[in-house]
Amino acid sequence: MVPLKVNGKRYEVEVPPDMPLLWVIRETLGLTGTKYGCGMSLCGACTVHVNGQAVRSCVTPISSVVGKEIITIEGLSADGNHPVQRAWIAEDVPQCGFCHSGQIMSAAALLAENPKPSDTDIDDVMSGNICRCGTYQRIRRAIHRAAKMMAEGGRK
Amino acid sequence: MSEMIKVSRRDFLKNGTLVGGGLLLGFFLPLRGSFSETATQKEAPIVPNAFIHIGTDDTVTIIVNHSEMGQGVYTSLPMLVAEELEADWTKIKVAPAPVDPVYNHTAFGIQMTGGSTSVWSEYDRLREVGAAAREMLIAAAAAMWKVDKTGCRAEKGKVIHRTGKSLTFGQLADKSSAMPVPKTVKLKDPSKFRIIGKPTRRLDAPEKTDGKAVFGLDVNVPGMLTAVIARPPVFGGKVVSFEADKAKTIPGVKVVVQVPSGVAVVATGFWAAQKGREALKIVWDEGELARLSTAGMREEFAKLAQSPGLVARKEGDPEQALAKAARRLSAEYEVPYLAHATMETLNCLVDLRDGGCEIWTGTQFQTIDRDAAAAAAGLKPEHVKIHTTYLGGGFGRRANPRSDFVVEAVEVAKVVKKPVKVIWSREDDIMGGYYRPMWYDRLAAGLDEGGKLVAWLHTIVGQSIIAGTPFEQAMAKNGIDDASVEGAKDIPYKIPNLLVDLHSPKIGVPVLWWRSVGHSHTAFVVESFIDELAHTVKKDPFEFRRALLAGKPRHLGALRLAANKAGWGKPLPQGQVRGIAVHESFGSFIAQVAEVSVTQEGKVRVHRVVCAVDCGRFVNPATIEAQMESGIVFGLSAALHGAITLNNGKVEQSNFNDYDVLRLDEMPKVEVHIVQSKEKSGGIGEPGVPPIAPAVTNAIFAATGKRIRRLPIDAAELKKT
Repeated sequence: MVPLKVNGKRYEVEVPPDMPLLWVIRETLGLTGTKYGCGMSLCGACTVHVNGQAVRSCVTPISSVVGKEIITIEGLSADGNHPVQRAWIAEDVPQCGFCHSGQIMSAAALLAENPKPSDTDIDDVMSGNICRCGTYQRIRRAIHRAAKMMAEGGRK
Repeated sequence: MSEMIKVSRRDFLKNGTLVGGGLLLGFFLPLRGSFSETATQKEAPIVPNAFIHIGTDDTVTIIVNHSEMGQGVYTSLPMLVAEELEADWTKIKVAPAPVDPVYNHTAFGIQMTGGSTSVWSEYDRLREVGAAAREMLIAAAAAMWKVDKTGCRAEKGKVIHRTGKSLTFGQLADKSSAMPVPKTVKLKDPSKFRIIGKPTRRLDAPEKTDGKAVFGLDVNVPGMLTAVIARPPVFGGKVVSFEADKAKTIPGVKVVVQVPSGVAVVATGFWAAQKGREALKIVWDEGELARLSTAGMREEFAKLAQSPGLVARKEGDPEQALAKAARRLSAEYEVPYLAHATMETLNCLVDLRDGGCEIWTGTQFQTIDRDAAAAAAGLKPEHVKIHTTYLGGGFGRRANPRSDFVVEAVEVAKVVKKPVKVIWSREDDIMGGYYRPMWYDRLAAGLDEGGKLVAWLHTIVGQSIIAGTPFEQAMAKNGIDDASVEGAKDIPYKIPNLLVDLHSPKIGVPVLWWRSVGHSHTAFVVESFIDELAHTVKKDPFEFRRALLAGKPRHLGALRLAANKAGWGKPLPQGQVRGIAVHESFGSFIAQVAEVSVTQEGKVRVHRVVCAVDCGRFVNPATIEAQMESGIVFGLSAALHGAITLNNGKVEQSNFNDYDVLRLDEMPKVEVHIVQSKEKSGGIGEPGVPPIAPAVTNAIFAATGKRIRRLPIDAAELKKT
């Protein structure tokens, strides 16, 4: 049994130690907000936070996250009101929507570390997240908007 | 919103209610206008309202018959209903339609989403549906108040009497369902629109930002197993034998079995199934394509391009005019196979039981998939129920006349006898075929002494998408698949002598429509070669086009708007150069100006794209802007990065490392300008794609003097020596 802490809840899961965190989250815990996109850390659709850091869960063996705080899109905020989520809606960012759990988790981790990112900072962090619908321009705008919201209103 | 409607039409009839309480308004309106001859009308009997459900809690659920794959139909189609219904937009919810003839495409007669048609094809029907429901609500209120209905009006989710009293739609839901369905309805004058034409944010954005949106990949039913398929390494290959002992020792692996498409490994989850597949030993008969390679195909295509093909269009005497021309120019262009690479890889969940089958998948092709699933399962179509989930991208891949990913999942379910979800890994998805065809184009043009274009000969070589599918008879004319020549045979420029001909070699690589279909290559070819001609006669590319577009006001309008907004002819920062292209597709006219620079190493950077779009009368300008941005990124991904190549029959790409797509650091600033127009509506999901590649390569020529005639753009060709 592998002990896990996801979105503040404790779980014991019976899975092989090399199983990627992504599939444990999606299939064992049933938290399907985190997406599979490539399985090779190439697209960012599976991004979650591990101890506050953005991590690609598709290549993260479950054995490496024991005892760590894992946050998925479902746990980013109580009711979708994280500044990044609100900024995403305000900028009408999603299209098909499949990549945006990962995009939002990457953006939230970026802003936690760098509250006022430049375009270059955004390029550096967010270029690991692919969006086939091409919402990049809005993602950039939404991150700047979220940064402003956070500066004005604090974390929430 | 993601909750699926779990009732069939027969359930509608039986109960008159939908899950969640409240009443359905029942009516059917005969289709009017140009599409009245479609199968929809003939097949659909009078059924209770298939499109609107008003809850006693005032929510108005619009049942949408087109698949939401990012293009915004779960917002733009409800806008049509809500406008006429006089609904309160904040009370609108959306549910996906089940499969039923009442939901058939008004133009195509099957339930489907594609061809950039959803909004214009529903523009009349959904407004009529909304107007009829409004009249029934008004009639119900008048009856309750015992007043004449002429004194009542609907407004923002209420019916209001001239005395000021009012009832909400929810309060009227019960009563209104008993009201007669109006035979004819009066639609609003467009000047009175308060929703249509106004930029409206997506209704699905909240659930696409908190992880709640349900895609096919996310559906889970009790007892479900997960399967991956080992498919042949070469298209058309077959399993000779396989050895599964080791695979079966992987914890979680339940069944390993041969299916028509390969060997299925069925397990408790994706990871176990994947590991099981890795442990398989399979002997393949690679079949006839085992020696197929891209290099060989290029040679064959180039040779074909030298000989006359089937004539798609001929005007005047092009050969003679070319022979007599004062100046001649010829060029060959080529573009590769492309994968759709939707963010959500293909997947399909099938629960097959005695006498019935339920399917959950993100599909663009409900009727086709249902019938194919029924045939594979040995059931009648009415015993197959498809639940359409959100699609994590479609781009045409989820509209397959052969229903490959659905039929395959049914085949696995037939063996497993438990609900089973087949998941394609990214590698399966990239290597699995159904590509945008590889194209080779040969062009020749003649100019007279004054630099006037007098002859244009365009030979196209590439596979037909519909050949061998059930659509072949309906869609091909004289052996010509229109999708192979669209955008070329209808070239807008005034040329007295014109020939467009086509070779459609039969090659076993599966091909399919890919966002903008034939236009994805013809716009590149036509708009590049026109640019070559402009430079040959030393004319400004914008002016050269303008002169040839007399009598094409919508092309001209878009072209002028894009040039004007981009500041065509005005200075740019050092090192940046503009290119321009204009193209009509799916009834919309798009011009784009790209501002580009090229580094010493030949790396292309697109800084800004100014896009002008004339799509006629429109519903949601916010969608238009988003779809233009989206199309530009999709086209740029292909122009800068995309290529599927084959060597010894095997696809050489497998994931985003070797099939890269545009990422945020390469994103240009995109500006969209919409032409205010009362013209017939065109599509918006695809037309943003075609012009971007030539706009960029035309800019590259202006910057470097180097003409890109082969995509994707090769930095080595542009490297400064």
